[in-house]
Amino acid sequence: MARIIETATDAIEPTAVDPVTLDLIENGLRNARYEMDEVLFRTALSPGIREQHDEFPLIADPGGKMVVGQFGLSIPDFLDGYDGPIEEGDVMLTSDPYACGAAISHANDWLVVVPIFHEGRVVGWSSMFGHMSDVGGKTPSSMPTDARTIYEEGVVIPPFKLYAKGVLNDDALRIILNQVRVPDWNRADLNGLVAACRTASRRVVEMCQRFGTATYLSALDALLQRNYDAMKILLAMVFEDGRTLSFTDYICDDGVGNGPYELKLSLTRTGEKVHLDFTGSSPQAVGPINYYINENLTRMFFGIYMITVADPQILWNDGFYPLVDVTIPDGSYWKPRHPAALSGRNHGIGRVFDLFGGLLGQTNPALLNAAGFSSSPHFMYSGHYTTGDRAGEWFQLYSIGFGGIPGRPLGDGPDGHSLWPSFVNIPCEYLESYYPLRIERWETIADTGGAGLHRGGNGVDVAYVFEEPGAIAIHDDRWLTYPWGVNGGHPGSRGTKWVERADGTRQVLPSKCHDVPVSVGDVLHFVTWGGGGWGDPLERDPALVELEVRRGLVSVEGARRYGVVVSEGGSGGDGGGSHGGGVDVAATTSLRERMRADRPAELPVFDMGPPIEELLARCEEETGLPAPKRPVWTT
Amino acid sequence: MSYRLGVDVGGTFTDVLLVDETSGSTWRAKTASTPDDQAVGVLHGITRVCDDAGISLSEVEQVLHGTTVATNAILEGKGATVGLVTTKGFRQVLQIARSYVPGGLAGWIIWPKPEPLAALENTVEVDERIASDGTVLRELDEADVRAALGRLSGIEALAISLINSFADPAHERRIAEIAAEVLPGIPVSLSSDVLPEMREYERTVTTVANGYVQPQVKRYVGTLTDRLREGGVGGELAILRSDGGLSGAAAATESPVTMLLSGPAGGVTGAVWIAEQCGYRDLITFDMGGTSTDVALVQDLSPRIGRETKVGDLTVRASSVDVRTVGAGGGSIAHVPQLTKALRVGPQSAGADPGPAAYGKGGAEPTVTDANVVLGYLPTDLAGGEISLDADAARTAVATVADAMGLASPEAAAAGIIDIVNENMLGGLRLVSVQQGFDPRDFALIAFGGAGPLHANALGKLTGAWPVIVPPSPGVLCALGDATTSRRDESARTVLRRFADLTSDDLRAVLTELGADAGARLEAQGVERSGHTVAYTVDVRFHGQGFEIPIPVDPGWLEGADPAEGPEAPDALTRLAASFDAEHERLFNFLLTVDHELVNARATVSGPRPEVAGVTLAETTGPPEPLRTITIHVSGAAVEAKLYDRATLRAGDVLTGPAIVTEMDSTTLILPDHAATVHPSGSLLMNPVDTPLDTPLDTPAEA
Repeated sequence: MARIIETATDAIEPTAVDPVTLDLIENGLRNARYEMDEVLFRTALSPGIREQHDEFPLIADPGGKMVVGQFGLSIPDFLDGYDGPIEEGDVMLTSDPYACGAAISHANDWLVVVPIFHEGRVVGWSSMFGHMSDVGGKTPSSMPTDARTIYEEGVVIPPFKLYAKGVLNDDALRIILNQVRVPDWNRADLNGLVAACRTASRRVVEMCQRFGTATYLSALDALLQRNYDAMKILLAMVFEDGRTLSFTDYICDDGVGNGPYELKLSLTRTGEKVHLDFTGSSPQAVGPINYYINENLTRMFFGIYMITVADPQILWNDGFYPLVDVTIPDGSYWKPRHPAALSGRNHGIGRVFDLFGGLLGQTNPALLNAAGFSSSPHFMYSGHYTTGDRAGEWFQLYSIGFGGIPGRPLGDGPDGHSLWPSFVNIPCEYLESYYPLRIERWETIADTGGAGLHRGGNGVDVAYVFEEPGAIAIHDDRWLTYPWGVNGGHPGSRGTKWVERADGTRQVLPSKCHDVPVSVGDVLHFVTWGGGGWGDPLERDPALVELEVRRGLVSVEGARRYGVVVSEGGSGGDGGGSHGGGVDVAATTSLRERMRADRPAELPVFDMGPPIEELLARCEEETGLPAPKRPVWTT
Repeated sequence: MSYRLGVDVGGTFTDVLLVDETSGSTWRAKTASTPDDQAVGVLHGITRVCDDAGISLSEVEQVLHGTTVATNAILEGKGATVGLVTTKGFRQVLQIARSYVPGGLAGWIIWPKPEPLAALENTVEVDERIASDGTVLRELDEADVRAALGRLSGIEALAISLINSFADPAHERRIAEIAAEVLPGIPVSLSSDVLPEMREYERTVTTVANGYVQPQVKRYVGTLTDRLREGGVGGELAILRSDGGLSGAAAATESPVTMLLSGPAGGVTGAVWIAEQCGYRDLITFDMGGTSTDVALVQDLSPRIGRETKVGDLTVRASSVDVRTVGAGGGSIAHVPQLTKALRVGPQSAGADPGPAAYGKGGAEPTVTDANVVLGYLPTDLAGGEISLDADAARTAVATVADAMGLASPEAAAAGIIDIVNENMLGGLRLVSVQQGFDPRDFALIAFGGAGPLHANALGKLTGAWPVIVPPSPGVLCALGDATTSRRDESARTVLRRFADLTSDDLRAVLTELGADAGARLEAQGVERSGHTVAYTVDVRFHGQGFEIPIPVDPGWLEGADPAEGPEAPDALTRLAASFDAEHERLFNFLLTVDHELVNARATVSGPRPEVAGVTLAETTGPPEPLRTITIHVSGAAVEAKLYDRATLRAGDVLTGPAIVTEMDSTTLILPDHAATVHPSGSLLMNPVDTPLDTPLDTPAEA
């Protein structure tokens, strides 16, 4: 347990904060949080942060409660994992999920925590973690898809002082950076994380100076209280007392042949409190897909869904946590036992979006979206240049794929976009300038978005042509289970990956693999999945369906899923092979009538596609990959 | 005698400023804008101002114009139907964009995705491929090009943006030639001309935006040129670019995407001129209008230039004055969400119609203007005021906020609204100052726009930027900016090279070539070469970083080491690296040990700055006489404030707060413990009373 050394001895008395000052401090905190992002984006070197913005900042109160941020972190848990004094000028670093109560969830995430001192006392904490593109271990990018323990996943840094009273612990940093493949990246990214936290600290101190420490700290309490009060009203409004809601979604496999993993979440409101319960979820995975989740993080995910629609301008914080109880069974997918492998947890984090959407949407139509691009699939390519000026030089690419945003109450899901905030793709021209590869095709694929009144976004096909021999690795999911549709909307298409070898052969790749050798001229097709559809596709405007056929986003054949008959031919841009030539109104009317007659009068709320047993039985035939083995609890 | 005309077309009014270049005398005219054909309103204004000055139109030598035609085309979605040609495999470059969804976690639930400026049904692919180093991997299939272009029907502009065309424009140029045959009369924008820089989405969207606004800009500039000629104006027309320079009419219609922020750039250049008259060279501009507020930072009389231009949802890569916009203005609506009981101001705005409740046009929601009325800062019965204000309606509207928050009085609610909106604007001021590593206390704050002078003193207090300068007639500052800036042209190119692979000679070769290129274009616009000033900027980063920092290159560096500095004198590349390091350190407080990398190089060539003399007010003859005394509310208390008519003020007059200064198009609030001194050039300089002026009043403006 950490000991915090403060030189100030007098107590700070809580003081009344007028409502306007409260809003001023709320605004100042929000600005500081965005400034943290800005500092890191501009200085990072590794592709994961620099181009894709895989990082999360926060500012906490003296007790460690997040007052602004978007991806909570349990500072109390973090401090529990550290023995020793904490003083002004200290900067803490860790990458060990097991030593900080899952404040971070895999060893690629480096977490920096800085105590903010003002006039001899802690007035808060600033903290930020970012995904390092490589932390050593047995595969480039440090996410071996067959890892069974965290020891295989690179350097694991216990909580320690990177800076003690402002002085850098150079030796420790040297030892850490000696474990990784591209130390320049880690050093720059770490510098950026520290600079961002220090920026936030400066802003907090400025606010203490401007408003007075007592007012500042009392305002934090009031901001936390504001979230608490708002959530209390919302919970009573949205959930029926005593009723239990449940929803189950899946992770298709764990990289070593087991799956699908059931992710079950239930919710019950009793009085003013809500209980979130992961009981019924699968046991911890053998492979590295476990998502070690913190109770507070669960509360945060839940809260964000609840409040985004109610007051989008609210300063998001931890204040409502006492209203939410969380149960996470030990040894489950969500709370694996040390030293279970964790590196491939990005699917689990992403699937949480679908899980909460499916759970909360049952009683809150504004939140009932279809299943979306609930992951951040990775593609890695590395090796040594064999020719040219750079012969012998190491190259290592890490990039994230994007897919279909689901159909939403608001409208269609965008094609080939990110469900994660602030993620961006790496431009083709950037990749071609810095890596020995070429991109032959970068397009969304017609019909991969689920049909619906609001269409699911299409998945994307990126075709990489390799120009140097090397090895590739892939982390993806939703190759077996479907991104579900809602309110009569259809599921989206599943993802798939294959290599067209230079010799003409075609090799289907598992959605999780690494160290797959590639040669010059081989082409990898990295095809992501579509978003589910929202609402009855037979209600979609036929003119819009026809326009999307001309746009190449829906095919003539695919239009029939909406009961729309589009004539072949016609002019316009280069559609995906077939161009629309206008709606055949009579044929559309009769097709829609026939489709209505052939389906149940009441459309299902969720359309998950075929049952799991059927998916497993047809797996090899449909996907070209062997069916995984269903996981079992073995206490 | 020679005359220049500055013309600024706003949403409601067209401002025209006639400047006698010899005497510095100015004449102003404000006429109603004519949105259907802006040229009509412009000509009205010009005719009026020339009548006032007693000169004929033919005596006008130059018409300098900031226009929002391009901006409005984008904001209103009324641009041309653009056809787009891409490399095979990249047809959806605008549809996929950067895959970015704005907002936080779950932000995707409430994000309405804007439609691409070039529709997918109007996008065709061609078979060709160039590598990132310029090697042709696949020759252009011309038959395929003809077939593809043939499929484009009903388009009004064509954009061509091929992968890696920044490295070799040959294929784009050939397609343009074929397009001239297949699609005669359709204007063509090439990405290798518009933005020869790496990153296909940014280059494509910028090129498409150019095509999207081009037909309207061309039509407008054409009409205006004709009308001016018909009206007898002898001089030529120049348009203000987003970067604050002027462009000849013909050049402007070729690259209208460089003109998207023509309006705000006029304000900033006008502010620079005003500040210079007062003896200040470092300033932050603060332009607060009805729905939004623009802020920018100016260092040594040069506005910071950014590489992005944002208009509504659209972001393009085009140099522009680095103006940050905050969605808060006089019309911003205050509201109290039931769930959180927090006081929010904006981003919703009452706009011009119905406008604030005080306008009496049916608006009932409380706005920032209503709060100003309730506090007495905006007197309701001004002599010469264009709009009479309904104080009761404002009070009723603001009372709804007091009720929702449980505050004692409408005045308390109004004070809250003003504090919150000032805080929102402070966020914008911080973006251009603190967050770029600048301390606002080292800058003067110059306030204009309809609402700027009302909030300026408060923002001076929040930022510590003193003095706060309120120019005379803050409403026509844009037109003044148009009339006082110089001709400019720019050439840029991506040169992706680590410093280890680069020499000072390489740098010199690239920059001088770009400078010659831009200089030739400026000369073609009639600006004599002897009057050219060249400025070089290169974008540099540490190898592997994702963002570049623009670094100015002193032309002296390129002339080789100065023998006076001895044999060890650093070469251009070394100086550049040192300059980058200093800037990186200033922005982020650390350096890396990896190699530097050059990314983009740019040369900007400017013509001579016109000499426009300023006005000089008569000397003070004693304390100024207020119109009367009124009651205003400050810090929760009612206090007596003096009300002055700005037209009666003399150089050297000192107005001690609380006071309010009114003029035709603006109202200035001076808070208690602050005083405004009237500068001979007509500006008000506000300072806290306990802080002496840091520039004596009689210091003449530096040349």
